[in-house]
Amino acid sequence: MSNNKYLVNLTVNNKPVSVEEGTTILDAARKLKFKIPTLCHHPDLHVAGNCRVCVVEQKGARNLVASCATPVSEGMEIYTNSAKVRESRKHVIELLLSEHNADCTKCIKNGRCELQELASEYRVGDHVFLDLVDEKDKIPDISSPSIQKDDSKCIRCQRCVRTCSELQAVSALAVVNKGDEQRVSTFLNKPLDDVVCTNCGQCVNRCPTGALTERAYLDNVWEAINDPSKHTVVQTAPAVRIGLGEDLGVDPGQRVTGKMVAALKAIGFDSVLDTDFTADLTIMEEGTELLTRLKEALVDNNESTKLPMMTSCSPGWVKFQEHMFPELLPNLSSCKSPQQMFGPLAKTYYAQKKGLKAENIVSVSVMPCTAKKFEAERPEMRASGYQDVDYVLTTREMAMMVKQAGIEFESLEDQNYDSIMGKSSGAGVIFGATGGVMEAALRTAYEIVTGEEVPFKNLNITPVRGMEGVRDAQITVKGAKPEWSFLEGATLNVAVAHGLANAKKLMQAVKSGEKEYHFIEVMGCPGGCLGGGGQPIPTSQEIRDARAKAIYDEDADMPIRKSHENPEIQAIYNDFLGEPLSHKSHDLLHTHYKPRKRY
Amino acid sequence: METAEAKNFKKVDIIFECQDCKPIEVLDTNLERKPDDIILDIIDSGLKGRGGAGFPTGLKWKFTKNETAEPKYVICNADEGEPGTFKDREILDRVPEKVFVGMALCGYSIGAKEGIIYLRGEYNFLLKDLNKKLEKFNKQLKDRNLDFSISIKSGSGAYICGEESALFESMEGKRGEPRNKPPYPTTEGYNFKPTVINNVETLVYTTMICNLGPDKFKELGTKDSRGSKVFSVSGDTPIAGIYELELGMSLSTFVEEFGDGDTKSVQVGGASGHCVPRKYFEDTIIGFEGIPTGGSMMIFNSTRSMYNVLHDYLEFFTEESCGQCTPCRVGCQQLLKGIEAVKRGERKPSYLDDLKKLASNMNLSAKCGLGQSVANPFNSIVDNFREEIIY
Repeated sequence: MSNNKYLVNLTVNNKPVSVEEGTTILDAARKLKFKIPTLCHHPDLHVAGNCRVCVVEQKGARNLVASCATPVSEGMEIYTNSAKVRESRKHVIELLLSEHNADCTKCIKNGRCELQELASEYRVGDHVFLDLVDEKDKIPDISSPSIQKDDSKCIRCQRCVRTCSELQAVSALAVVNKGDEQRVSTFLNKPLDDVVCTNCGQCVNRCPTGALTERAYLDNVWEAINDPSKHTVVQTAPAVRIGLGEDLGVDPGQRVTGKMVAALKAIGFDSVLDTDFTADLTIMEEGTELLTRLKEALVDNNESTKLPMMTSCSPGWVKFQEHMFPELLPNLSSCKSPQQMFGPLAKTYYAQKKGLKAENIVSVSVMPCTAKKFEAERPEMRASGYQDVDYVLTTREMAMMVKQAGIEFESLEDQNYDSIMGKSSGAGVIFGATGGVMEAALRTAYEIVTGEEVPFKNLNITPVRGMEGVRDAQITVKGAKPEWSFLEGATLNVAVAHGLANAKKLMQAVKSGEKEYHFIEVMGCPGGCLGGGGQPIPTSQEIRDARAKAIYDEDADMPIRKSHENPEIQAIYNDFLGEPLSHKSHDLLHTHYKPRKRY
Repeated sequence: METAEAKNFKKVDIIFECQDCKPIEVLDTNLERKPDDIILDIIDSGLKGRGGAGFPTGLKWKFTKNETAEPKYVICNADEGEPGTFKDREILDRVPEKVFVGMALCGYSIGAKEGIIYLRGEYNFLLKDLNKKLEKFNKQLKDRNLDFSISIKSGSGAYICGEESALFESMEGKRGEPRNKPPYPTTEGYNFKPTVINNVETLVYTTMICNLGPDKFKELGTKDSRGSKVFSVSGDTPIAGIYELELGMSLSTFVEEFGDGDTKSVQVGGASGHCVPRKYFEDTIIGFEGIPTGGSMMIFNSTRSMYNVLHDYLEFFTEESCGQCTPCRVGCQQLLKGIEAVKRGERKPSYLDDLKKLASNMNLSAKCGLGQSVANPFNSIVDNFREEIIY
């Protein structure tokens, strides 16, 4: 062995296997292709060992052992399917069902529920145990526009709790009480919209049942589509095109851009447009804002200008910052997210160009995100005079619409986005991966300053790519144009973080002065939007890697790779906005933030 | 169950004996010995943990000493929460110095510098006096240049925190929930460092073994159950209280001494222990070869309804389960509601057999000793008093 780890020999169901010391029985069994069911186990999270559905028999041990939580030892003899194991496992499933509101046919997770799957596998039809579901738990918390919490469906596996604390450092969800009163709860059991929840939806991605789900708005969207007096426009976020297929029978990592557009047209949207267009626009505004801030801070010594500037595209991250680091709110870029730049433009610029009345436009977005639902409902997001984005669907909801419409997704012919606001560059696409906004911004900002392309092969700024939680990079400006001469020879320090636990570490380093940066990109979800809370379930590092590869492939295949070269971007500045950071831009494309309490 | 010769009834006075033994002198004598010799004596004595689980104390010390990670800890488990057990409270009230010395000797033997007593929340009335005595004791340790000190952490009233790994979690400021095992405390205990965690009574016995020598201790008890043990006797007895008795007597001998002449059953080992009906008194030995006990002996006479007894226990477990693992959290509720349903006639008497199977599976699959042991009272009471549960 290259890494000095001892090999441990054991048998699983009498088959010998050698695995590295520290491997769990579960993983050793998987190596031999023995499937052991799990519920509380999740590859992204620390081991809990509390659902007990993965128990196996260890020869010589008095009790069964949880295979997910027990490391292998030399000479172990494991049986994953003995009579003892089967009976105990079935009991565990039956017990979980007895505290679970099994109204499966009415549940949004019907057909995609891990408990339901186990119940069917183990044929627990004749329910012997008493129903323990509390009637008052059957009323879900729908206070949040993003996430619905239904305690009657909760099986206390605590995946959500671990997600919220380990991956996101938010801890909006925690375990309270003990025994029969034990619950996954918010602080003082307050409604979700009244606690530190960032709406990131990572818990939704990991909930095995219907206890945590997105607030679904697809019926509202169907209604708008079927209303002849409404003109429905739909925008699709960068990460949707590389995730959607997973819910429609395609393997992770397959790009389905053309089919997705075709499906949305078949569903009946009047116009299928691209959030990537406003991602490009974000780069124009945010890149310019960065350069302006650098000048104000470094040349003009303007004390009210804060560095490092931080991205503001991820609404989960923005709300996290409002709760956890309100003192750093001045560092957040004033740019709205691409979704929220698209919203007001659809009801102003697009409406004008198409001769439509804003009040007749229903603006829908398909997002890999649950926090976008909250973002769309923020009171600041009414720059058009109406709610700028009317309905936000997750990638999963869109897949559901495709199925409801009876569309055979895989046989669809690729189609192109409509115009206007349907064209984008590769820079817009990579917004969907962690590091993408940084890379896109650098591609444009460097060129604004020097007139030359960023000095990276094929425009691929690889130091900001990857899945490491926090990444730094330096870029030195060479050959600045006269108006940017103050940047000549300057080295810009940038950092990228994804997942809010990493963001928290980075913010602490910034606050303490341990690290100094000029520009920071943060995405609320692990992997960036491609791992968003609205993406298909399940998620794992492997799946996110596959999605990231697809994003960068999509970028590489685009004829235009830089936001400022997108002709529709050039057109909107010529025809409508004037220039980046113009008065009109400020009115429509920029916003402000508010401190929120933590308790 | 091995058939062993039952010992006669014998009262013993080791734990509370105060005349001849000056705890601090036991410490002084033993600090002149090598740590390994002390550990060997404890191993040799055959002392097993007095909290109920009965792990050999000397081995615990040895395993922890052999660990390389630092720092190491000595924890005294004073979270005495088992229904019907009240001996540790008495020990801490009357002979706390013996506990302190046991901890200090353990610390000296395994190379720990810190000892902590995790005191049951409901025993906070002892806190003031214990702290005063500890202040004096810590000073005595300092005077002897022993790099060891003892402090107290208070529990908050959860039964589960008596489970050693839940106790560590609680001490670390987290929810008191048992951890996955392995790793065991001797490798990763408090703060995930090597830790000896011993029951209050166990620590006193270590002091006394160091004082009297292992042979004296071994004279008492049986091969599997060396020494004596403090019993908390309660229920239908004219002489409820704390008694130190030699291990290995039969339950009938015990009942002869403590019963009121109308004893129907004895719950040995508290709510999580076994219920022994009269017909088995003669054959039941109190000790690790028979029915082990953390000390609780609850005596029931013919006026008691065993349905009520079981119902109380199940209510207790339903509330005191930490709730994290399925078999315990849901299983306890099902057992409780299940016997209620049978009593009300909503389920057939044969449902009790389904529940027994459930209890046995809880024993196999629950994460910690709490969920695993609910089957003890459930199955023993249902088996022996089925008609009282149904009618």
